[in-house]
Amino acid sequence: MTTIAGRWLLPDGVEDVLPPQAKQLEQIRRRLLDLYETWGYSYVIPPMIEFLESLLTGTGHDLDLKTFKVVDLLSGRTMGIRADITPQVARIDAHSLNREGVMRLCYAGTVVQSQPDTMLANRTPISVGAELFGETSSKADLEIVSLMAESLRSLGLDRLHIELGDVAIFRQMMENLSISYEKKNILFELVQKKALAELRESAVSFGLSSDDVELICNLPSLCGDQSVLAEARTVFNKNNGVLECINNLEHIADALDSRFSDLNIYFDLSELRGYAYHTGIVFAACVDGFGEVIAKGGRYDYIGEVFGRDARGATGFSINIRSLLAPTIINESEKKRVCLGTIPKAMPDALWQEIQRLRADGYIVVETAFEKAVGTDKMDGFDFILEYIDDQWQLLDLEKHL
Amino acid sequence: MTSEVVLGLAKGRTLEAELDLLARLDIAPLEDLHTSRKLVFATNQPDLKIMVLRGMDVATYVEHGIADLGMTGRDTLLEHGGSGFYEPLDLGLGRCQMIVAGLADEGDLPARLKVATKFTTRAKQYYASSGIQVDIIRLYGAMELAPVTGLAHRIVDLVETGNTLRANGLVPLDMIEEISTRLIVNKIAYKTKFARIRSLIDALEQAVADTSLTTHDKTA
Repeated sequence: MTTIAGRWLLPDGVEDVLPPQAKQLEQIRRRLLDLYETWGYSYVIPPMIEFLESLLTGTGHDLDLKTFKVVDLLSGRTMGIRADITPQVARIDAHSLNREGVMRLCYAGTVVQSQPDTMLANRTPISVGAELFGETSSKADLEIVSLMAESLRSLGLDRLHIELGDVAIFRQMMENLSISYEKKNILFELVQKKALAELRESAVSFGLSSDDVELICNLPSLCGDQSVLAEARTVFNKNNGVLECINNLEHIADALDSRFSDLNIYFDLSELRGYAYHTGIVFAACVDGFGEVIAKGGRYDYIGEVFGRDARGATGFSINIRSLLAPTIINESEKKRVCLGTIPKAMPDALWQEIQRLRADGYIVVETAFEKAVGTDKMDGFDFILEYIDDQWQLLDLEKHL
Repeated sequence: MTSEVVLGLAKGRTLEAELDLLARLDIAPLEDLHTSRKLVFATNQPDLKIMVLRGMDVATYVEHGIADLGMTGRDTLLEHGGSGFYEPLDLGLGRCQMIVAGLADEGDLPARLKVATKFTTRAKQYYASSGIQVDIIRLYGAMELAPVTGLAHRIVDLVETGNTLRANGLVPLDMIEEISTRLIVNKIAYKTKFARIRSLIDALEQAVADTSLTTHDKTA
């Protein structure tokens, strides 16, 4: 690339965050981590690169495609640049910490994705999330979904839609079918698309019993408000495993409803997001008017096993905070900005002390002279000018001063 | 709040049929889509707007949530490959087939075929799953010309009657997909505007079922 454009063009799906959004992004990050601390989650900082085997363990094909690979010149092994932090945190729980009992961990960091989620999605999302290990009961799921909702509410987002589903329902149905892995994959894709006509056609052509065809064709329509749970109970009245999943969902939804009065809870029993590694309940959040999922998560028990530890409950969520920039409202009292007036040259030490005093008092003091500060932009965001008048320091209101 | 629903329709041979279908749900644009130069139309239902787009663009607009629902051909969906929408309903409009065709007297062919098509993604998949390696040539129209002029050995194209194929000395060799117009729904809109969208889908499903009944009566 020798053209001028070649020197400044960024790759597709990669962008800078500039002022003032960068500051807002950092505020979101801090606010969320502060929140997680009050809920008892310990902060961890996993590395940007790891050997591929540990990054991709138990995560499925999609994450493999999304992961940039480089060769480690020290060991000759292939390393991956993380495309998701959750498996790293699971590794930390299983191996680096390896403590008994319940472990609560949270994280924040940039991930890098070789393939974007959607055509226009950013390939370097900033992922903030929390994971809860060592608890298999629905108490953990309720805590995590509540924390996800609270995260978004703490950023001023209302009109939240929380979607609940359970991949175990589809998993159990597939386990009961004696058809090949490829055929199950086709059914999986059609269920995800809610493509009812093709689903029925394929299920029949795969030789499923008429009962099984009905069950699987009912699944994509089992979505909506809480009334679908009753419907689902009638559809799956013979399958105790599925009934248990439904009871669990209802329990969590009821508890959420009484904890937060303003959530729109939506169920989709055919939602199979992250099917490759999720094992139970899955959840996601979106906001009216923003056409993307802004937070998502679910239960992924057994991931501990692949890191050489007993199967262990695991549930968590992550938020791409880049996608929160537009809808978030953070009301922070704006600090006042000060520039310098005509200060007598003979008193640099006194000026320095006054500047430090003002900064300690919460002012933003830019060591630039008034003439230069306003050179480009009218007041360039300055509120006050610091002058030395009548033997004392004074802050003059810049608007009146002009 | 934002309960307005936007429906994207595909321009071209199926637009008339799509509007007929909507008319049976008592949904009609307030202006004539054919004479107006506008691209977004209000309808007689205050919470529903219609956009008229190219077929492939319908999928893109719905994937990004600009349109909540869309009607477009299965052929474009297979090429688009997006995952941001559901495909809950076969509207049964504009039925045709995606086929492989070659010259009736094609003689000896080389081991590695050249295939001309507008549907490169699906054509690649088709040949890969048949265990045949081919070179794909992307064309935008007049596919039949490619084998006739020697640009390609085979074509993958849509046929309704097969008249154009025959007129150019081509024969259909294999059927890849049955094509018809599908209803697609943005996944997020499906959740956030569930009641409105579900009632639209149900009404459309009913209208489609009624149509297939009446056409069945006619043929019987």
